Amino acid sequence: MNDLRLRFGQNLGLWLGVLLFVLLYALYSTLHPKGWTVDLLVQNANESFALIMVSMAQAVPVITGGIDLSVGPMMTLVNCLASVLVSGTPGAIVLGILACLAAGALAGFVNGCIVVYGRIQPIIATLATGAVYIGIALFLRPSPGGKVDENLSWVATNALAEMDTTYHWFPDGPPAWFAETLGRVPVPIVLILAVVLLIWVPFRNTVTGRGCYAVGSAEGAAYMSGLDIGRSRLAAYTLGGLFAACGGLYLALQTGSGNADIPQAGAYTLNSIAAVVVGGTSLYGGSGGAVGALFGALVLRAISFCFRVFDSNGPLGFLSNPLLQPIFEGVILLLAVSLGAARVFRVKNRLTLFT
Amino acid sequence: MKALAAIDRPMLIAGLCIVLILFAGTAYTVTTQGTATFIEPAYLLQQIKIAAFLGIVSAGMMVVILLGHIDLSIPWTIAASAMLATAVGGGWALPVGLGVGLAVGLVNGLGVAFLRVPSMIFTLGVNAVLRGLMVMLTGGFAPQSNATGLMVWLATGRPLGIANSVIVWALLSAALVFMLTRTPFGRYIYAVGNREAATYLSGINTRLVLIGSFIICDVCAALSGLLIAGYTSKAFQAMGDVYLLPAIAAVVVGGTNILGGQGRYLGTVIGTVLIVLLQSVLSVAQMPEAGRQIIYGAVIIAMLLAYGRGSAVRG
Repeated sequence: MNDLRLRFGQNLGLWLGVLLFVLLYALYSTLHPKGWTVDLLVQNANESFALIMVSMAQAVPVITGGIDLSVGPMMTLVNCLASVLVSGTPGAIVLGILACLAAGALAGFVNGCIVVYGRIQPIIATLATGAVYIGIALFLRPSPGGKVDENLSWVATNALAEMDTTYHWFPDGPPAWFAETLGRVPVPIVLILAVVLLIWVPFRNTVTGRGCYAVGSAEGAAYMSGLDIGRSRLAAYTLGGLFAACGGLYLALQTGSGNADIPQAGAYTLNSIAAVVVGGTSLYGGSGGAVGALFGALVLRAISFCFRVFDSNGPLGFLSNPLLQPIFEGVILLLAVSLGAARVFRVKNRLTLFT
Repeated sequence: MKALAAIDRPMLIAGLCIVLILFAGTAYTVTTQGTATFIEPAYLLQQIKIAAFLGIVSAGMMVVILLGHIDLSIPWTIAASAMLATAVGGGWALPVGLGVGLAVGLVNGLGVAFLRVPSMIFTLGVNAVLRGLMVMLTGGFAPQSNATGLMVWLATGRPLGIANSVIVWALLSAALVFMLTRTPFGRYIYAVGNREAATYLSGINTRLVLIGSFIICDVCAALSGLLIAGYTSKAFQAMGDVYLLPAIAAVVVGGTNILGGQGRYLGTVIGTVLIVLLQSVLSVAQMPEAGRQIIYGAVIIAMLLAYGRGSAVRG
């Protein structure tokens, strides 16, 4: 019981994020004319996927006490690479996908090397590598365009049932159990679950993964305990690159093209930091996790979804004014990140604030 | 003597790098066009004039970075200052623009000093709010966005032979150097950047230092916004976006520690000139955007590897 309470208390930020998301999304689904349908869920999951991945990519370096300002550029780079590689024969597509993921992981690894061996502060190192990655993306795709396999695009952005109609899994038609239940699950949700359960959870339970938390909360102590802090850091940035690559790959599938859009890359980077904070990860490092960032990103997306559905003649009609939405989103973002200020009013000794 | 050399090394290397960029650029133009464009006084003066806008932003950013903080609300502070100033117009344009900077700085400072929200995320939120305010302002109707005569004169007039923007930059620089090196407030900024708890225990009101520094930073950004609007004779929405990252790069390349507490103002000036010259030479050499971004990032990494490395963890 005590153990449960401890676990709950340590992840309070995460639970707040989950609660906020559930409330916001329930509100949105109730107000939306097509609410609580698979179609709407598929559409929203598609719109959220890239930001979720980029936010998870941001979360891992932040846990180590660093930051990665190149997550947006890495996503853009992989997006452009995918628009070159992911088409043609099935073999070429599989190789292309693997190459895209490897390119993202490599970009993250380079970040890690500069931070660990170059000993440059992460904020400025990733700022510079971000420029390099955007440059490579522009080199690959000077103007928006390219081609991504259409079947794969269709399958990745729809419910699981489309996988059967496209690739004919079941020669005799889908059995009832598939069509009724599993077939209704959106593919992006399956992909996110796969990334979380097959990559993030196993990683967090390794010595290297736990080392990331140790480095973030007390680097010196982690070093003195014999942890390989360099390897933990390196792994954190590499994993960040891999997650960003997943986001970029999905963006390519979703839009069917590549686009080296610099403002978009910047917006994704900044939103990822906000999502990480909303999801209960401290920017000082040592706490939180990628799952929190996932829900942080969902909260940000749910907020912007909500503004779409307010009835313009209703009592909250002024909220649906498109001109006012940016300021509402800004104020909510500012309030959300200021939630962390609650600790200021609880401290017993003001000196503990100066950390 | 050795300590002095360690502090001066970034500026020395950055200075050499500027010479190298000019040399490489000249070699390129001499071989392709037969002219030495980059070492002509007219060209250099033109570059200094353009550098003034970035230089003023970097100057403010440096004060905040010296504290160990950062200000990501720069882009929309620049835009908001210019847009509100041009919308008001007339004699009140400049006070309104600078007032925007003051207000933004105050909000940033209060958030960081009293709520203790990390500056990176708080100023990011303020940036989003400013953007929303400006969309609200310009969305329903189109306020006038033409720069007033005074703004144009400040940015491009040249009664003394050199552009007024350069003179504004020089005056601001002199004031900042005096503040950083000769006033208690300036020393407090370095002290907070080195160890805030120790500064607090020494009886200094660190909250006031934080608020004052953010106000300086955002007033500088607002001033730059007014000058940019004067230079392009218009205020527009995304005008500040291209200044944030170069400003941080200029400060860091100039040898200021991104963690705060260490850095000299001359370094920021050299860093600004380096960034502006690099961008200019690459565009004259008709380097495509892709190559420009890659070289830009690579130069920053290389310079930091040369002198910006932290110390290894040893228990």
